[in-house]
Amino acid sequence: MTTKKPRSNVEFWQGNEACAEGAIAAGCRFFAGYPITPSSEIAEHLAIRLPQVDGIAVQMEDELASLGAVIGASWGGAKAMTATSGPGFSLMQENIGYAFMTETPCVIVDVQRAGPATGQATKCGQGDVMQARWGTHGDYAAVVLSPNSVQEMFDMTIRAFNLAEKFRTLVVLLADEIVAHMREKIVLLPFEKIKIVNRRKPKQEEKAFFGLEDVPPMPFFGEGLNVTVTGSTHDEYGIRSTADPVTHRKLVERLVGKILKNADEIVDYESHNVDKCKVGIISYGCTSRTVYETMELAKKEGIDTGSIRLKTVWPFPEKIVKKMAENAKVIFVPEMNLRQIFYEAQRVVGDVVPVVPVNKIGGGEMITPEELLAEIKKKVR
Amino acid sequence: MSETGIKKFMRDIPLPFCPGCGDVTVMSSFLRAVQELGYDNLSKFVFCSGIGCAAWIPSPHFTADTIHTTHGRSIPVATGVKLIRPDLNVVVFGGDGDLTGIGLSHLIHAARRNVDLTVIMVNNMIYGMTGGQVAPTTPLKAKTTTTPYGSYERPIDATRLVVAAGASYAARWTTAHAEQLREAIKKGLKMKGFAFIEAVSHCPTAFGRRVGLKTIVNLLDWFKENAVPLEKAAKMSGKDLGGKIVVGEFVHRELPTYVDNVYAVIKEAKKSAKKS
Repeated sequence: MTTKKPRSNVEFWQGNEACAEGAIAAGCRFFAGYPITPSSEIAEHLAIRLPQVDGIAVQMEDELASLGAVIGASWGGAKAMTATSGPGFSLMQENIGYAFMTETPCVIVDVQRAGPATGQATKCGQGDVMQARWGTHGDYAAVVLSPNSVQEMFDMTIRAFNLAEKFRTLVVLLADEIVAHMREKIVLLPFEKIKIVNRRKPKQEEKAFFGLEDVPPMPFFGEGLNVTVTGSTHDEYGIRSTADPVTHRKLVERLVGKILKNADEIVDYESHNVDKCKVGIISYGCTSRTVYETMELAKKEGIDTGSIRLKTVWPFPEKIVKKMAENAKVIFVPEMNLRQIFYEAQRVVGDVVPVVPVNKIGGGEMITPEELLAEIKKKVR
Repeated sequence: MSETGIKKFMRDIPLPFCPGCGDVTVMSSFLRAVQELGYDNLSKFVFCSGIGCAAWIPSPHFTADTIHTTHGRSIPVATGVKLIRPDLNVVVFGGDGDLTGIGLSHLIHAARRNVDLTVIMVNNMIYGMTGGQVAPTTPLKAKTTTTPYGSYERPIDATRLVVAAGASYAARWTTAHAEQLREAIKKGLKMKGFAFIEAVSHCPTAFGRRVGLKTIVNLLDWFKENAVPLEKAAKMSGKDLGGKIVVGEFVHRELPTYVDNVYAVIKEAKKSAKKS
């Protein structure tokens, strides 16, 4: 890297801007995207900044091409990223499965807006949570991070790249319009103190680029290694095997397994008072900002609340949610959709305690602390 | 194919093509072109292909880096590879369905940008792998499995489209013109910018047998009878050209290229960053 933007350790940035700078700090040197509200500032910022650090930022003809170019760049040896919103995320689903199947490390930022379809393009929503988990066809394990502040737009973009590189998979930063467009204070570590993970390259004797171990080493193109990349079922050496049941089972079970087996390392959350609370709240993204204040208001009314904020929505932080269910009498799941993570929480909690959805969509209006408190009081009193 | 010495470029894996497939002609034309250009191996090449019979020409049969992408997306993937590794020859193989059906917009935009790629489109005028459905290239009135009463669509002219979009190089030949095809591939590989070579190819299995051209010989004869050199076509009326295959080198020109333009941005950005 030749030019580093001189920076102070405290800045006042927009979420999308922080995401773009986080990508650069993580070592991203390739961006391909297609304009879409509310993610476009990421593309615009990287168009200025990436070439300053010997990187490339290009605009493609659509989202299918954008993720395609990212996949190509990743095999060329670059850390690569795209950014989009719901409609574009839908268009990327086929190539998401392709990146997963071919173990191509890359990052997609999905700045959620209100859907379905064109919906309300400039307004916040949290409706892509299940799509991020199940959107592509076939069996799949998703790694999806959920930032709730400008600081986390920076930090989690770095983590997204680190996880992508470590596990050789696609990682989604599932942001939302509110987190992406607000401006906040952000504290920046010096570059040398930021932990960066890079993909493991094969040693000379290593030829199985697609198996034999959970995360095989990843070669680059152009090194004379005759790499065969295919989205069809393939053996450990990348050779297609489109009918053999064992090869398919082995491959897809390994791909899913390498995420699920390492869930404890990938899973991240913030929790408060989970051990003792009578009322539990599970939230993520912008909605979690409501929860902080709701807890203060509840305290004043003598209601003892605890909270889990999902920093990874996938893999779902099951263990801490189960722990919450051991203590709480009721668990609330507020989200800006018509029930998505609610179902996952319900699956994990089972019949132990009731799980109550609190949902609001439209106009980018957040669930207010008063509204959430009112819902809590309906069940608690 | 061993006698020609091109086997050294290939993995020892059985080919997947039907007996009499034109893909083998295109494959050997390409590898002979590479050999005649003086390459001993394919270590300086990356091959990108999408979905369809032609996508199997390089992947996994060439001893090289190959990436077999989603349907229609080989050109965007190739663009990503080329931007990061401009030192490598990035070659796309695709069928007419892959490149002018599902992936058409990428073909036009790559030609418009003049991306430094060599794109070889094997045009068998049909969706062969899925069993012979109508393609954007299928001749009017041709019977296919999804146009049992004859195709009611006009076919696309991909080569002229690419010329109009701004490619540096574009040529069309048929598998009855293997030598010209090989020469065109050589030119394409040597060119900077976007090089498009359309190889109209015989598919007896999924195309020929439903249009009364059951054998390879029938199809190759049909190509020869209907092929019109570009120079001659220029003097013919549109009506006379109906159903003909215009062959030749459509364009061969020097134009600014995408990779050069993108890398110029890096220089510019660094300069302006220094100033501020």
